[in-house]
Amino acid sequence: MAIDRKQIQTTASDEFLKGVWKQNPIFVQVLGMCPVLAVTNTAKNALAMGLATAFVLLMSNIVVSSMRNFVPKQVRIVTFILVIATFVTVVDYLIQAISLEQHKSLGAFISLIVVNCLILGRAEAFASKNTVWRSLLDGIGMGLGFCMALLCLGGVRELFGNGSLFGVPVFGEHFQPWVVMVLPAGGFFALAAWLLLFNWIGEVRSRRAKLEDVI
Amino acid sequence: MNETSLWSLFINACLINNFVLVYFLGICPFLGVSGKLPTATRMGAAVTFVMLISSICAYGIQALLVAIDAPYLKLISFIAVIASTVQLVEMFIQKVSPALFRALGIFLPLITTNCAILGLALFQTNRGYGFVQCIVYALGAGAGFTLALVLIAGLREKLELAKTPDLVKGTAITLVLAGLLSLCFMGFAGLSK
Repeated sequence: MAIDRKQIQTTASDEFLKGVWKQNPIFVQVLGMCPVLAVTNTAKNALAMGLATAFVLLMSNIVVSSMRNFVPKQVRIVTFILVIATFVTVVDYLIQAISLEQHKSLGAFISLIVVNCLILGRAEAFASKNTVWRSLLDGIGMGLGFCMALLCLGGVRELFGNGSLFGVPVFGEHFQPWVVMVLPAGGFFALAAWLLLFNWIGEVRSRRAKLEDVI
Repeated sequence: MNETSLWSLFINACLINNFVLVYFLGICPFLGVSGKLPTATRMGAAVTFVMLISSICAYGIQALLVAIDAPYLKLISFIAVIASTVQLVEMFIQKVSPALFRALGIFLPLITTNCAILGLALFQTNRGYGFVQCIVYALGAGAGFTLALVLIAGLREKLELAKTPDLVKGTAITLVLAGLLSLCFMGFAGLSK
């Protein structure tokens, strides 16, 4: 839950890229975990969920930052939540209109985007303090990072749990699917494995940086 | 409504479809406040209380929204009710036990964004539960949440003493533990017929 409070003035591209890699909402900040684990049993579900969340994040960031000067401090959280809930309702009906089947497979988790801590977290920590333009970039970056992380998880779980990717079989017929990966427990294991990978990359990098300092 | 079906509803919400370990709802407090056993227990109690109140409110709201034919307001009104219930609980805890208030810290207002509570309200309206069923369902879900939180807190307290590589410390090892617990809870699936 460590949110980097140092919002130093940075260039536009930094604002965009930090969400994708340096402050990746899932692998680094560990925010908004519930949908991450629940709907990533296939890559398709993961992508749909990622796009829906990214849309809500972007829109709520824009609206929250554009009204940051009028909303009194005491009622800001309630206001943010109501803004978010409005956009989630929009997305809910939108997905129903595009594909009823997809709406069924995501189920209640579309409505649950409202309580995704990532969105409220960005509204509170970033959008309520920054200009519309910066919040827009932040929203796109964070949304992209979130999508990417969901795809990573969904891809791995579908690959090992079903032996396919986006419904297309990847391994030969003799592949024995790891049933555990599509079960709830598999979600925890897959995420743990990804976090380990990211920890490891971070550690290797910092060790290398130290070595370079010595030299 | 006979007794057995209410009991099976309770077991179903508590064990078979445990909100945390099977539905993945309320993962944030599950990872955040599960470091110490007493805090976890109290957090569980607070969440159960909010669940109960918001479940009753959600039942009323749903009936009202059906009456005025405005289903699109469901999400917005649910979240508003939950937010105000949490505010109430927060004030109550602050008065009764300032120590607990400090221990729960940021996670108390974050109950608002605890998906388990909104999830509960949505599930019960989707499945069209009656008033008594709603209460039983909320109690079961709360008990299940508390159980999962207490179990993981106990495991993490033991883990503090165990030797673990630096690399896996923190969230990663907790997730592996949660995965193992989730596997165990799958065994309860045999309870339902």
